[in-house]
Amino acid sequence: MTERFRLASGGTAIDRARPLSFRFDGKRLTGVAGDTLASALLANGVRLVGRSFKYHRPRGIFTAGPEEPNALVGLRRGDRHEPNTRATMVELYEGLDAESQNRWPSLRFDVMGINDRLSPLLPAGFYYKTFMWPPKAWLTYEHYIRRAAGLGTAPTARDPDRYDHRSAHCDVLVVGGGPAGLMAALAAARTGARVILCDERVELGGSLLRENRMIGEETGAAWARRIGAELGTLPNLRLLTRTTAFGLFDHNMAGLIERVADHVATPPEHVPRQRRWNVRARQIVLATGAIERPLIFAGNDRPGVMLASAARAYIHQYGVRPGSRAVVFANNDAGYRTAADLAAAGVTVAAVVDSRIADASTGTTQLAGIPVLSGHAVVSTDGRFGLTGVDVAPLGEGSAVRRIECDLLAVSGGLTPTVHLHSHAGGKLAWDDARLCFVPSTGRATVRSAGAAGGAFGLGACLAEGARAGAETATAVGFSAPAGVTAPAVTDEAVRPPQALWAVPARAGKASKRFVDVQDDVTVEDVGLAAREGYVSVEHLKRYTTLGMGTDQGKTANVNGLALMAQLRGEAIPAVGTTTFRPPYTPVTIGALAGREIGLHFMPVRRTPMHDWHGAHGGHMIETGLWMRPRCYVRVGETPDQAVRREAAHIRNAVGLVDVSTLGKIDVQGPDATEFLQRAYANGWANLPVGKARYGIMLREDGMVFDDGTTSRIADKRYFMTTTTANAAPVLMHLEYLLQIVWPELRVQVTSESDQWAAMALAGPRARTVLARVVEGLDVSDASLPFMGAREAHIAGLPARIFRISFSGELAYEINTPADHGLALWEALLAAGAGEDIIPYGLEAMGVLRIEKGHVAGPELNGRTTAEDLGLGRMVSAKKPDFIGKHLRERPGLKDESRLRLVGLVPVDGTSKLRPGAQIVADAAPTLPGKSLGHITSTAHSPTLGHSVALALVSGGATRKGETLYAAYFLEEGGATVPVRVVDPAFVDPEGKRLHG
Amino acid sequence: MMLIDCPWCGPRGHVEFTYAGDATVKRPAPDASEAAFADYVFLRDNRRGPHRELWHHTAGCRRFVEVHRNVLTHEILGTSAPEVSK
Repeated sequence: MTERFRLASGGTAIDRARPLSFRFDGKRLTGVAGDTLASALLANGVRLVGRSFKYHRPRGIFTAGPEEPNALVGLRRGDRHEPNTRATMVELYEGLDAESQNRWPSLRFDVMGINDRLSPLLPAGFYYKTFMWPPKAWLTYEHYIRRAAGLGTAPTARDPDRYDHRSAHCDVLVVGGGPAGLMAALAAARTGARVILCDERVELGGSLLRENRMIGEETGAAWARRIGAELGTLPNLRLLTRTTAFGLFDHNMAGLIERVADHVATPPEHVPRQRRWNVRARQIVLATGAIERPLIFAGNDRPGVMLASAARAYIHQYGVRPGSRAVVFANNDAGYRTAADLAAAGVTVAAVVDSRIADASTGTTQLAGIPVLSGHAVVSTDGRFGLTGVDVAPLGEGSAVRRIECDLLAVSGGLTPTVHLHSHAGGKLAWDDARLCFVPSTGRATVRSAGAAGGAFGLGACLAEGARAGAETATAVGFSAPAGVTAPAVTDEAVRPPQALWAVPARAGKASKRFVDVQDDVTVEDVGLAAREGYVSVEHLKRYTTLGMGTDQGKTANVNGLALMAQLRGEAIPAVGTTTFRPPYTPVTIGALAGREIGLHFMPVRRTPMHDWHGAHGGHMIETGLWMRPRCYVRVGETPDQAVRREAAHIRNAVGLVDVSTLGKIDVQGPDATEFLQRAYANGWANLPVGKARYGIMLREDGMVFDDGTTSRIADKRYFMTTTTANAAPVLMHLEYLLQIVWPELRVQVTSESDQWAAMALAGPRARTVLARVVEGLDVSDASLPFMGAREAHIAGLPARIFRISFSGELAYEINTPADHGLALWEALLAAGAGEDIIPYGLEAMGVLRIEKGHVAGPELNGRTTAEDLGLGRMVSAKKPDFIGKHLRERPGLKDESRLRLVGLVPVDGTSKLRPGAQIVADAAPTLPGKSLGHITSTAHSPTLGHSVALALVSGGATRKGETLYAAYFLEEGGATVPVRVVDPAFVDPEGKRLHG
Repeated sequence: MMLIDCPWCGPRGHVEFTYAGDATVKRPAPDASEAAFADYVFLRDNRRGPHRELWHHTAGCRRFVEVHRNVLTHEILGTSAPEVSK
């Protein structure tokens, strides 16, 4: 197929010397450089490009810009497939491969087109009303409904391309490179201000490229190129084309998406597909132009019905004839300009249909050889896959219908300023009854609209407003306006007022649909139904009918829908209000929002200094938060579960070494360090001597346990605090809050040292023997280094802090060394223990040992447990005058014996496996919903006892000791229960003989 | 993204900060009533308009900053060192 609709000359955007071939639905077509996919399709006479969302009606190209509701296509294949791209915004490139959407098996024969015939059965709200019963069946219905209605299909493969983020600051950000934006950027930049100008299209110029206007002696396009070239030479101006400002956020942060390599099939090496700019601007000029509204009449959605502004754009910008024989239908003066441009491009214009009645004050424009039907409207259209003709009739009384053959109907319902970004910034809108549109009113002081975005639609006004906005914004941030930047004088023609024609009345006996929102298939009747059913607020109208909820966000539909609702309510449009515009202005791909923060850059991995050793010695590494930790070390012929049991049993009988580097470590020092710990912890610290460690519990101010850990006094005014792995950062911030805000008089400094120290626990009956072999200058006998002793020494020549503390319940030493020495110390201890049968053990064996010992950890420190709940009540100081949590922990409810409190559970049969999450109930066969007495928090297979043991939070706690209760697994088939006996949570060595050994 | 002018570091994006609550509440004296502590911990005014808040410069100097912010518009009317540590 040749480009039979390509004009012989013209086209500001295209380069006829550079032909490009592309595919649409597998068919090979040609276009030229500078085309959009839409213009290339039209040049080839392709008018049918998609099926509509709900009724699967044939649809064509409706606009020439970002507002496109209809011509959504799937672009590229495989990993790089992108659904729902607007053909009007897709730049043509060699080999472009696009396909139509929402049709099966083909665009011309679409099975679901039956929906259009069934449409009387499918009004707004149909799905909500029909598929309500039985309740569970909605999940089944939804599957089929979603398949029948919809847009493109998202790819499932990982996006192979990269997306970048960049930050920038400027004095003035100008959004939009049309006449107003160009003048604003020029005027601001000439003052010396740092300016960023962005425009979503390939080339600057905006409407100047799409219209046939002169600026002085130059064409608008030539003027735009000249100004653009000058801007390109200014060192203080950054020009970003192919860049959409998709949102304005707090404090003048603008989000821009630069489409760096969307106009090629595959981005070149080292080039991102898109780049997101975060621009912080002191002043912002919105020169975002305006979007034309369609008119609403029966059959207004057929391929061949197009906005008048789009018809002109295809002629001037792309040198494409949008049809052969046209009718123009308008409620404003744009109709005449469109007719003239069409005629000049060789299109036969059969009629201009002007809804306004010509009288002395308004009149019509006479165009040579073109009949004008004033006071008329298009009342229906024909053509299955493309327009073949329209019926025109006088508005009001009388029904002399006239049939006009045509393949193009250019419609104009007036202009709507593009106020999205103004609204993002919190700006308000005002209804202008003369121009029939919302215009920006009050808003953020540093954000202003210029040109058509502010309701100034004339070219001369746009240029003048732009120049003024540029100079004024630069002045506002301290630059002085230079002389000589004045806008070129362009005289704007007088404009006759548009007519408020929100929908052409339906003809009696004709049921053809009048679409308000073509993307979402919302009709005038749907709006009426919403009004009758009480969904009269704009927000309800939107949600009930889906008006404006498509990927186009109703850019061509919202104002019409609003006006129709106002008519139905008998109120003025501003009384009905507008819906809230939210970012993004146009769809933004998730990849661009994520940027490089994906995979490991989204969630970094933290590794301990001994990480590689674990991996090399059978360590099964698992994620715990961001940390990687060895779950266990699996030997040949062993399952991980067997390895855990072996390791745990081994520690009780011999010795092992575990990596605990992930614990939080905080250096606390200063003259008031002891007083600070007194107030931060619930237990007492006044009499802890240097060289001793103490277990501490920290409460929140509401009395709940916040964190626990050991803290050691390493010098008179210096402590080494440890926290749980998970709370390392929250505890530090909490301490900082106390020191800066609550007790600023305390002279204490806290510093995180979590990453500076490698830490390992040497545990088991033979731990002392192993340590004694490698420690230098320290007597590690029980007399010299008793339980809770804390000393500095060298081990195998490496500096170390040795704490005789125990999480496992065994004789144990927690040894810290500067992180760089971690691996060397680890290996030295293992070497020293070779004769004592030392093994490395993992996180899970450590968990088994602490559960056997009844030590609480994360599952019990759940933010809802008090010290009493955890059996730690006696630790809390009754003597201290103040500490965090002291006052509210005394509330009677927290002292209630029936609270969930820590107990141990063992299976009555001595064999059943207990699992975390089970509910504890009093009956062997509970009826649902029954009463829960609590739940299991932690479980382990105890190698010492030879069966499963559990820690649980149970109402009444220790008072139930000896009772038989039931662990119930309600989520499982049959809801099995296991009889359990309540016991002391310290399953092993409750007297602590082993750790004191 | 809001821009918070840290008195120690200068203007920084709010992603560097952690919101840390109402800056006007003061921890009662140790001998205050349980009710006074309950007010301090649980009760907050939620006015439409300017608030005095604490933000922690977590990814910066780790100081708490008092931010006078209109929670309706997100406009920041001023920042300072918290009153206690001036």
